[in-house]
Amino acid sequence: MPEIFGIPSAALFGQLLIGLINGSFYALLSLGLAVIFGLLNIINFTHGAQYMLGAFCAYFLLNRFGVSYWWSLLIAPLAVGAFGVLIERTMLKPLYKLDHLYGLLLTFGLALVIQGLFRNEFGSSGLPYPIAKELAGGRNLGFMFLPNYRAWVVGASLVICIATWFVIERTKLGSYLRAATENPALVQAFGINVPRMITLTYGFGVALAALAGVMAAPIYQVSPQMGADLIIVVFAVVVIGGMGSIMGSIVTGFGLGIIEGLTKVFYPEASNTVIFIIMAIVLLIKPAGLFGTQK
Amino acid sequence: MSAVRKLSAAVGFALAAMGAPMVANAQVSDGVVKIGVLSDMSSLYADIGGPGSVAAARMAVEDFGAAKKGMKVEIVSADHQNKPDVGSAIARQWYDVDKVDVIVDVPTSSVALAVSQVTKDKGKAFLVSGAATSDLTGKACSPNTVHWTYDTWMLANGTGSAIVKSGGNTWFFITADYAFGHALERDTEQVVLKNGGKVLGKVRHPLNAQDFSSFLLQAQASKAKIIGLANAGGDTINSIKQAAEFGIVERGQNLAGMLVFISDVHGLGLTTAQGLIFTETFYWDLNDQTRAFAKRFAPQNNGKYPTMVQAGVYSAVLHYLKAVEAGKTDDGTKVVAKMKEMPTDDPLFGKGRVRADGRKIHPAYLVEVKKPVESKGPYDYYKIKAQIPADQAFRPEKEGGCSLVK
Repeated sequence: MPEIFGIPSAALFGQLLIGLINGSFYALLSLGLAVIFGLLNIINFTHGAQYMLGAFCAYFLLNRFGVSYWWSLLIAPLAVGAFGVLIERTMLKPLYKLDHLYGLLLTFGLALVIQGLFRNEFGSSGLPYPIAKELAGGRNLGFMFLPNYRAWVVGASLVICIATWFVIERTKLGSYLRAATENPALVQAFGINVPRMITLTYGFGVALAALAGVMAAPIYQVSPQMGADLIIVVFAVVVIGGMGSIMGSIVTGFGLGIIEGLTKVFYPEASNTVIFIIMAIVLLIKPAGLFGTQK
Repeated sequence: MSAVRKLSAAVGFALAAMGAPMVANAQVSDGVVKIGVLSDMSSLYADIGGPGSVAAARMAVEDFGAAKKGMKVEIVSADHQNKPDVGSAIARQWYDVDKVDVIVDVPTSSVALAVSQVTKDKGKAFLVSGAATSDLTGKACSPNTVHWTYDTWMLANGTGSAIVKSGGNTWFFITADYAFGHALERDTEQVVLKNGGKVLGKVRHPLNAQDFSSFLLQAQASKAKIIGLANAGGDTINSIKQAAEFGIVERGQNLAGMLVFISDVHGLGLTTAQGLIFTETFYWDLNDQTRAFAKRFAPQNNGKYPTMVQAGVYSAVLHYLKAVEAGKTDDGTKVVAKMKEMPTDDPLFGKGRVRADGRKIHPAYLVEVKKPVESKGPYDYYKIKAQIPADQAFRPEKEGGCSLVK
């Protein structure tokens, strides 16, 4: 078998694919964060908890009401998104005038409260969520066994990421949103309801997190700290991509997933630090991130 | 985040204040025996020990009858977050400032090793239930530490030899990259080699990793018959779950969970966990006494049944209090010496003893997880395949390299 750097090439392809799969979660989550930061200037530390809420929502829908995975993909983001809207209206709104730090503290505190409540109720081992029948099993690609569900995750998250990018960067609605962040007063003068737009944007970002949560439920345990473990990495992804840059977060999400996957082959012990090393290097060379622009 | 939470104060306190006769505890420092439950309260091991260990300690104090005997016992608890620096800082503060006499539980071997050192320096007592590394009674043994429930040698010996003997003679390890994983991998490897098996490879993952697919793929490529999981808690759960997704078992390899707790099986569900074989020293459905304990324990732990770690906390605290009573002192070094002198006997682990190296010995059980159809309901999970007698379950005293063994 041909080898690359002492690793059989077949194994290497497998690892690249797995990196891509993990990268799609990073991309999906960092996308939501980037949208919220880009348009609201809020550093949403509750994102991990909202991802976890999405997974729990799917769990309850299945076990209490017998709602299938496919409907959960729709209902959970709507429900958690509505919860996000409520948070924005009641708690985040008064903070827009203040320093970033207040938003960060509030969302961080909220995340701790939500995770703490769930841990008290459900413990730390988590709850099982089965893979939908239609996606069970997998196929042999020759160099690896690819579970159908993972293939679906990559496909779905690519579509969602590109669609979001398209809406924000290429449509009229997106241009309103971008204009409203540049100069809210002027956009309001044109008769556009800016506060409502901001609320809905936050709700959308939160819904994206919940969607990622539903997609993660069958792979990982549905557990209270599933988001807390992931959110730090996702923040690193956003910082590397450039705070607020939509395309940056998508590309970096997938890219870092792959780099992390490769680290797991060559030096597995470093697999949870490699992303932060890259973050440090990027910040030294390009302080605004790979795709960010200095304001 | 406040590190120290006083969850339960003064079980004996209230009754004593109501006029129960006060026995002069002249030798008990400041008149109170203070027990510190130090555990993972919030992360991947919280269901194994955590708040359940606090409940177990409280039950031990009740069952000992501290209040009736006029002994004042207080329980405090804290979250060590699986970090050795946090754990030893809390231990120092407890011993120096808060007058804690004994620390119990402490899952995460790296933290337990640190706390054992602090305890030795301060001349206090340390009852380990949650941590696994056999080094605690081997080269890192201490006259102030008792290792109660299980250890890596016992797991390797129980599970490893059973699997090699039934034909699983080539192994690949997926190992948690810290003291515990290394010890478990080392001890299991020895057992595999001793029984004529081979180790084809190993990969080390960071503690609390989420995604194991990459490691599983490497294990798959090794073509080993057995994939040994030298990790615990949330890491084991995610490894097993994702192994099912990648069709590891269907494609002819088998998983050996070297350390699996009943809380992990509960979290996985029987559909995924069925057929797993591993070693435990406690199961709630062993006999009438263990069943009675579990029925009392569950309501105090959010409906969750006791793990062997929580049962071990109960049993260790009970024996500790008996030793304090018998020795009329709460001086750590003296109590631990007394604990080794007195035979142990409690409803959960039966009769046993604490050896000179600090190892508590009792029988171990090789268990197999039931199929969903065999289970009568939640927590009816194990079939006992074999009982390993106390004198064979643990590493022989002379082989550990402990300086206390003469």
